[in-house]
Amino acid sequence: MTKPAQFRSCPTTGLRVERSAENLIKANAVAAVVFLAVGGFFGLLVALTRWPAVHFLPADLFYLALTAHGFDVLLVWIIFFEMAVLYFASAVLLSSRLAGPRWAWTGFALMLSGAVITNVAVLRGQSTVMFTSYVPMMAHPTFYLGIILFAVGALIGCCVFFGTLVVAKQEKTYEGSIPLVTFGAMTAAIIAVFTIASGAIILIPTLLWSMGLVTYIDPLLYKTIWWAMGHSSQQINVSAHVSVWYAIAAMVFGAKPISEKVSRMAFLMYILFLQLASAHHLLVEPGFSPEWKIFNTSYAMYLAVLGSMVHGLTVPGSIEAAQRRRGYTKGLFEWLRKAPWGNPAFSGMFMSLVFFGFLGGISGVVMGTEQINLIMHNTLYVPGHFHATVVTGTTLAFMAITYILIPLIFRRELRMKALAKWQPYVFGIGAAGISLFMMGAGTLGVARRHWDITFADAQLPFDYPSAAYLMMGLNGMFAVLAAIGGLMFVVIVVSSVFFGKRLAIDEKPSYPEVPPTARAVGHYGSAESIHIPGTAVLVGIFFIAFVLYYFVNWKYLSEVWPLS
Amino acid sequence: MAISPPTERIWWKEPIARVELIWIVIAFVWGLVMFSMMIYWHGAGEQNLSSEAYKIKPQAFAQKAQTMIDQYTVRQEGGFPVVRPPVGSDVYLIARLWQWWPILELEKDQSYRLHLSSMDWQHGFSLQPVNINVQVHPGYEMVMKLKPNQSGEYGVVCNEFCGIGHHTMVGRIYVVE
Ligand code: HEM
Ligand SMILES: [Cu+2]
Ligand SMILES: [Cu+2]
Repeated sequence: MTKPAQFRSCPTTGLRVERSAENLIKANAVAAVVFLAVGGFFGLLVALTRWPAVHFLPADLFYLALTAHGFDVLLVWIIFFEMAVLYFASAVLLSSRLAGPRWAWTGFALMLSGAVITNVAVLRGQSTVMFTSYVPMMAHPTFYLGIILFAVGALIGCCVFFGTLVVAKQEKTYEGSIPLVTFGAMTAAIIAVFTIASGAIILIPTLLWSMGLVTYIDPLLYKTIWWAMGHSSQQINVSAHVSVWYAIAAMVFGAKPISEKVSRMAFLMYILFLQLASAHHLLVEPGFSPEWKIFNTSYAMYLAVLGSMVHGLTVPGSIEAAQRRRGYTKGLFEWLRKAPWGNPAFSGMFMSLVFFGFLGGISGVVMGTEQINLIMHNTLYVPGHFHATVVTGTTLAFMAITYILIPLIFRRELRMKALAKWQPYVFGIGAAGISLFMMGAGTLGVARRHWDITFADAQLPFDYPSAAYLMMGLNGMFAVLAAIGGLMFVVIVVSSVFFGKRLAIDEKPSYPEVPPTARAVGHYGSAESIHIPGTAVLVGIFFIAFVLYYFVNWKYLSEVWPLS
Repeated sequence: MAISPPTERIWWKEPIARVELIWIVIAFVWGLVMFSMMIYWHGAGEQNLSSEAYKIKPQAFAQKAQTMIDQYTVRQEGGFPVVRPPVGSDVYLIARLWQWWPILELEKDQSYRLHLSSMDWQHGFSLQPVNINVQVHPGYEMVMKLKPNQSGEYGVVCNEFCGIGHHTMVGRIYVVE
């Protein structure tokens, strides 16, 4: 039968950490980083090919690399890391044992084998269909099979997470309500269950179809259900990385949410306004009515966007409040200037917050507007937008918290601290660059998933404006920067995890500084006295940028050929 | 802290800070504005994609397009028929591996009913440099009323991945005075 759970006590946080939870976090995080390295490498190849002066890969390998890139980073890297986040937010933060570690390992094994199977299918050249695999273009059956196995594994991981919440409650390992970060992780897990169910509904028939057992899959139906998975999975990412923001703010500053109620409501919005129909991916498909599109892109009032806008205030607000309490009260921004910009956990988290909001958030809402989508659909604007959300947002946040997990969970001293200090900047600025320049190219009409913007082999000649070439060149350069940042991350993590100095059982890591003594800020009932003018100015700037950019795009739209 | 249980057990009864409240109200109102903009544009704007679409077999669509091509071809260009359909008529554009067939010649400031459908996989109709982008499915015929408001030569790029020849799939539309 199962052995009793073994615990150690964390010298930094005082939390009880169970052995099997710890091992699972390690395994999932390591697998995640491996696939980030592989997928990031494909991303670099793709970007070098789209740089007209370099045009690196031949066409068939380009499309193959693009398929592998999308799958490995968007699905495999992010979801493996999310499993680590789920186990951390449940077992570790609640000082509980993990429910069913055997199950968790089974899930891990399924995910790993699924990821490998799909990669093999892609690399053998039988499944160059992009990770969206729109029918009727058909991949090898193992392509779908791998994704399904991966999803089942992730579903098991979510169940283990929910089980752990129950165990912790029954065994009374904590008092009162679960922490905000755990709550955020819980919203991510709930959305994940919905996501995986949608994935099963569409991918299982598609697998059968690729095996010849089903004769027809409607392309529009496929897309509608596929995006019920694809879109919701992005909401998982948002819930997870916002949780990570809160966690880092708490660990680096001792920051306390300004109001638990508001922050939790904001998370709840993600579940309630998930955009079940994932309408904003279907705005220029045949046959959907305007009423359906308008309602489902916005649920009449953009409440999921509201959720993110609230976090955009409360996360920096809680940091500002914590810093002011520590005495950084001069002017509007002393709290920000004197923040630990040399601590990669903080710098990564803060850039993630800023880029996610300014680049990813604004562009996403604009592109998801019923009519405006017409001037952006399937142009490079789309990858530009989601590199801001999933790369500068999710990926950067996950990198940032890795710097904290290495000493806390892997119990190793971080190596190459000087490199680590710069890593978030190199990666963050590189990734922000590719987002911006792809959006720029998209605004000029450049197609996504396209090997040759010079159309050298086309039957009829055509040319994009010369500014498009400039954009693609800049995109290539920033891609190199992002790739260097990604490589720095992988090198630092691998060398610390395998060769870093082991921390003694009761030894506190010295880096990155995570002051456990940081005082919790404010107490409830002090709501009237919360003073965060710097954050108020920041969100004000954000709001103005949002409004201006939104209307500029209506202006662009008004200039295209009238159509109805 | 966000990583420990809330210190106030009954956190849901605590008052909300003023800045938070103000920001929530602003964000909420902005959401309503954005929602209303989409509805407003249906009345006041000129760019609203139609929802007219039919299920159709690829052969049937090709048949309709061929009828148009037979009737209104005015010349050949690089192996493509150039078709000049009557003003206001139904105009067909076939998407297939890897062509937009045929070349169309339209008159400026006149409306046409453009029909789009694919013979095989999905394609992306990307009219450049105007930058109008819509998805083209096999089995579905999408119809939209289009009114070119500038004369010139326009490219139709495919912007949905459609296999190894995807980047060679370019069509053309002429708009003449
Ligand atoms: C070194 C870092 C990276 C570089 C240089 C890079 C570059 C690119 C480029 C140039 C494209 C192709 C756009 C196109 O032709 O349509 C692309 C696509 C994509 N990237 Fe990245 N990327 C990077 C990291 C990431 C990460 C970390 C993620 C996810 C977390 C990601 C997710 C995607 C996805 C989902 C696509 C779309 C694939 C498709 O259209 O099927 N990328 N990337
Ligand atoms: Cu095509
Ligand atoms: Cu194509």
